Amino acid sequence: MSIVDVRHLAVGYEGREILHDVSLSVDRKEVVAILGANGSGKSTLIRTVLGLVPIARGEIDLFETPQRRFRQWARVGYVPQRLGAGSGVPATVGEVVASGRLARRGIFRLPGAADRDAVRDALADVGLLDRADDPVATLSGGQQQRTLIARALAGKPDLLVLDEPTAGVDAASQEAFAASLRRFGDNGGTILLVAHELGPLRPLIDRAVVVHEGRIAYEGAPPEPAGHHAEPDHDHVHPHAVQPAAGICEWAPTDRMAAN
Amino acid sequence: MDLFQYDFMIRAMIGALIIGLAAPSLGIYLVQRRLSLIGDGIGHVALTGVGVGLLLNQSPVLAAVIVSAIGAIGVELIRERGRTSGDLALALLFYGGIAGGVVLVSLSDDASSNSLIQYLFGSLITTSPTDIVLIGVLGALVLIAMLGLRPALFAVCNDEEYARVSGLPVRTLNLLMAVTTAVTVTIAMRTVGLLLVSALMVIPVAAAQQVTRGFRGTMAAAMAIGVGAAGAGVIFSAEVDTPPGATTVILALALFVAIAVGSAAWRMMRRRSQPPREVEPPDVVLQKA
Repeated sequence: MSIVDVRHLAVGYEGREILHDVSLSVDRKEVVAILGANGSGKSTLIRTVLGLVPIARGEIDLFETPQRRFRQWARVGYVPQRLGAGSGVPATVGEVVASGRLARRGIFRLPGAADRDAVRDALADVGLLDRADDPVATLSGGQQQRTLIARALAGKPDLLVLDEPTAGVDAASQEAFAASLRRFGDNGGTILLVAHELGPLRPLIDRAVVVHEGRIAYEGAPPEPAGHHAEPDHDHVHPHAVQPAAGICEWAPTDRMAAN
Repeated sequence: MDLFQYDFMIRAMIGALIIGLAAPSLGIYLVQRRLSLIGDGIGHVALTGVGVGLLLNQSPVLAAVIVSAIGAIGVELIRERGRTSGDLALALLFYGGIAGGVVLVSLSDDASSNSLIQYLFGSLITTSPTDIVLIGVLGALVLIAMLGLRPALFAVCNDEEYARVSGLPVRTLNLLMAVTTAVTVTIAMRTVGLLLVSALMVIPVAAAQQVTRGFRGTMAAAMAIGVGAAGAGVIFSAEVDTPPGATTVILALALFVAIAVGSAAWRMMRRRSQPPREVEPPDVVLQKA
C-alpha cells in the first residue's frame, strides 16, 4: 500500500517554479530520505505533500486518498525544523506535546486519560519525561527538537514527516532521535524525512531520493557522503555539540569572584 | 464599605470585574502570536462604529461591535496572506478608523467633545443596567470561547503550520479570535476606554509570564491580575477621584513592575545561596592539536 504517492508534481511561488515534474512513492513501513542542497526544493516537496504549499500541477495521494479530500490528518505526524516562532508566553514541554493529541481528539473534547497516557509515552520515548513541566524555552536546541518529535508521536500517527530533524542538533539528541525513529519504524510506521546529511539516521534509511534544481536526480540506496563529510575523521559531531564551552564561560566569572 | 451604597458604583464594579477577567483570557493568545497591539488598532476602528451608531441614533456599543468585528476580520485576512505590505495596510485601517470616528461623532446630534472623551477614555460610572447585561453576556461568551477552546487556540498560536497539518480549522479559529478581539474591545470601551483597551489585554499577561512556567499557569495568573487590578482600580479611583480606566491601567503596570523587581530579586538571592555548579570535563575534543 502506498502511503504517499506524488505524481508529476510542479510547485511554484509567485511565478517561479521550484519543483518540476516530481514523482515519488513511499510504501508502508518504508523509511525514505529526501536529500539535496539548500534551495534544491526538498523542503518544498514535503511541505506540498503536507498541504502547506499549494500544488501547481500534478497529483498527491495520502493513504490512497487525493490530498484535497484527505481528512485523516491524525494519521500524519509532522515534525517541523524548529519550534514555531515562539513568543514571550511560556509553555511547558508537556503542553507543547499535548497539542499533538488534537488531531485525534478534535477541538471540542477535553483531554482524557488516553490523551495523558499518550503524552507521557511520547515524552518517555524521546527521553524527556523528567522535563515535562519545564518551560520549552529552557531546553537546548536538541531537546526542543525531541519535544517536537514527541508532539508528533503523541498523536499515534502511521506516517511521520520530518523536515531536517537533525540540523543543528547535538550528538546526544541525534542519537536519541535516531532511536525514537527506529522504534517507530519497528512498530510498523512509515517515515519520510528531509535531510541535508544523514548522520546517525543513515542506518535507518531504506531509500534515498536526491532532489536537485527541482527535479529528482537520484533514487536508490543512500549515497556515500561527498566533500568534507566523506573524510575518514569526520564523525558528524557538529560545533553545536560543544556545550561545555558555554559552561566554561558561565562558570569563569564565578571562579574569579571566589578567588578575590 | 459605603462606596457601594450607590447602584452606579455596584454596576461599575461588576463591569470592571467582568472585563478584568475576560480581557487577559483573550490577551494571552494575542501576546503569544506577537499581536500585542492589535487591540489598540481594533479600538481605533471601533471609534468609527461609535460614530456610526451616534449618527444613526442606534446603540453605539452595538454599532461598535459590528464595525470593529468587520475591521478585525479584515486585519486577520491581511495577516493570513503574510505580505510585507500587511503592516502598512494595518496602519491605514487604524488611522482611517480613528479619523472616521472623530468626523462621524462630530456630525451626530451628540456632537460634544465630552461624548468622544467618554469612549476614548472610558466612563464606567455612567454604565446603565442595560449596558451591564450586555457586558455580562458578551464577557461570558468571550470567557467560554477562550477557556473552552484553549488547547486548540494554544496550538494555533504556538505553531500555526503544525495546527494546519493536524487538520485543525485554523482559519475559523483565527477568525473567531479576531471577532472575540472586537467584542472584548467594545465591551471594555466602557471601563478603560478605546485608547487603553489593549492595556487590560496585555499588561496582566506580561506581568504573569515573568513568574510562570507554563501556558495554563500564565493564563490563570493573568486573569487573577486582571480582575485584581480592575477591582482595585474602581475602588481607588472613587477614593481619590481619578478616572477609573486610567487608574486600573496604572495599577496593573505597578503590579507588573513589582513582579518584575520581586522575581529578579528572588532569582538573585537563589543564585547566591547556591554553590557554584561543578562543570563536568568536556567529553568531546574541543580542538584538534
